[in-house]
Amino acid sequence: MSISLHIRKKLDTFVLDVSFDSRAKRIGILGASGCGKSMTLKSIAGIATPDGGKIEADGRVLFDSASKINIKPQKRRAGYLFQNYALFPTMTVAENIGAGLRCGKAEKAERIGKMVEKFRLQGLEQRLPAQLSGGQQQRTALARIMAYEPDIILLDEPFSALDMYLKDRLQRELAEMLEDYEGTVIMVSHNRDEIYRFSEELLIMDQGKIEVCGKTEEIFADPVSRTAAGLTGCKNFSRLLRTGAHTALALDWGVSVLTEKKEIPEDAEWIGYRAHDFIPVWGEGGVNMLKFEPESSARLPFEHNYYIKAEETVCWFVQRERLKEIEEKGCPDYLKLSEEKMLFLK
Amino acid sequence: MEEIVNILKELDWSPLAITLKTGVVATVISFFLGIYAARKVVKASPGVKAVIDGILTLPMVLPPTVAGFFLLLLFSRRRPLGEFLFEEFGFKVVQTWLGCIIAATVIAFPLMYRNARAAMEQVDVNLIYAARTLGMPEYLIFWKVVIPAAGPGIASGTILTFARALGEYGATSMLAGNIPGKTGTISQKIAMVIQDGDYLTAGIWVAVVMIIAFLIIFLMNLISGRKMKNVGRW
Repeated sequence: MSISLHIRKKLDTFVLDVSFDSRAKRIGILGASGCGKSMTLKSIAGIATPDGGKIEADGRVLFDSASKINIKPQKRRAGYLFQNYALFPTMTVAENIGAGLRCGKAEKAERIGKMVEKFRLQGLEQRLPAQLSGGQQQRTALARIMAYEPDIILLDEPFSALDMYLKDRLQRELAEMLEDYEGTVIMVSHNRDEIYRFSEELLIMDQGKIEVCGKTEEIFADPVSRTAAGLTGCKNFSRLLRTGAHTALALDWGVSVLTEKKEIPEDAEWIGYRAHDFIPVWGEGGVNMLKFEPESSARLPFEHNYYIKAEETVCWFVQRERLKEIEEKGCPDYLKLSEEKMLFLK
Repeated sequence: MEEIVNILKELDWSPLAITLKTGVVATVISFFLGIYAARKVVKASPGVKAVIDGILTLPMVLPPTVAGFFLLLLFSRRRPLGEFLFEEFGFKVVQTWLGCIIAATVIAFPLMYRNARAAMEQVDVNLIYAARTLGMPEYLIFWKVVIPAAGPGIASGTILTFARALGEYGATSMLAGNIPGKTGTISQKIAMVIQDGDYLTAGIWVAVVMIIAFLIIFLMNLISGRKMKNVGRW
């Protein structure tokens, strides 16, 4: 399984210019709304045409502007799961699943039967999509794609329109359904949790360009760029003035940074720190410490959010055990930044 | 009262038959042509779209007599096309039932085309994309996905087209004339008997037309009512 994608396309406000090669089976594309990630997926499926470039899947050329190859979407064997599932509203579940099958009646019925069973749609075969729940609709859409035996499956923000409870259930279901699928699956989303949970490899996109790409866990641990860090959910950023290999000033926080093991990269312009990672300190301040002066706070069911005064407001999200500690000892005097959790960014 | 019964007994029902026949044939032709044109226009580039849309809608906006004028210019046997049709195929258009059909079709066609187009443009484009990625050929996507999804709009377009074809007067009278039993439609009959001062016969035909019109509106409400099932009642 491999995919190679090098495309350019002029969009309304920016130019989509995406280039990557991957052998991973589960690839995630993370980016804010309107960054061109959906257009990238559509280009792979053939329902949008790039201005130039080349797309290959498993060595099969799907699109190549140089040699004027543009395989029709009908022949690309790429299944596409739309955000609204795009089930044919006038066809029943069974008809939807069988819509793309070009074979004899008996074989068609057999394939539909298999999919109905696999995707637990028994008893719903004669229903119309409007008569199905969200989960059943998603399963029908997946069954329809799988019946067609695609080489590659493209998931376009499959969960973004759902409420939290349903989202979690459908994420689990989708993972389960795709477990034994051998082909490549690419998922596009603006939600870091979805992407983290799903993908082995990750691309982070911004304004039509790939910011970073690599192994998902590595990117979350070290996002390299500020935009990427923001998309992986990092809330706190400060301009960084590097004064040495191990010393720097976080200008917006008024914190002097000192590291023991980690070297601060020469091109680092920003420091990022995740809101959950601060350590409260009662007593004297020092290096790597931020004065705790809450500006405001918010109480959530399982979390307490503090917003701390600084040039750029700093968020501190406090969870269970820490919360108890604070209730006992009162507000801390300082917040400590641990060296391993510091993100030095471009 | 007795007078009405007498008139009804002796009434020549041919205008009703001619009107209905003309309406049905014109609607069938408009149905396919309208859907075909709508499909082409929906897929066309914005510039081409505007021009073609303008031309196709023109017969609806212009007075029917203007359309009648052009039709006469086109189909008169003293004109090239009219002459060609008669010499080669023996088709006579002017003063024939064929003229009725052509006039009604030209006038009613824009209603079919516009409704079909509006309905098709409402179809979620993701449905078409999905169908393509599932390997469905374009003609199958059109007939099995687009048309059914655009169904209610196309249905109401068809009914409006039929209604317009039934009531067609201006272009028909110019192209087909009013030959009793041949091209004499209800609307022409009403105009004719009024000229003779026969208000009773005119009234009977008016009643017939009103019944048909009411049935058509009733049918349309039924269809759009089905579509609006999920809209709350006030």
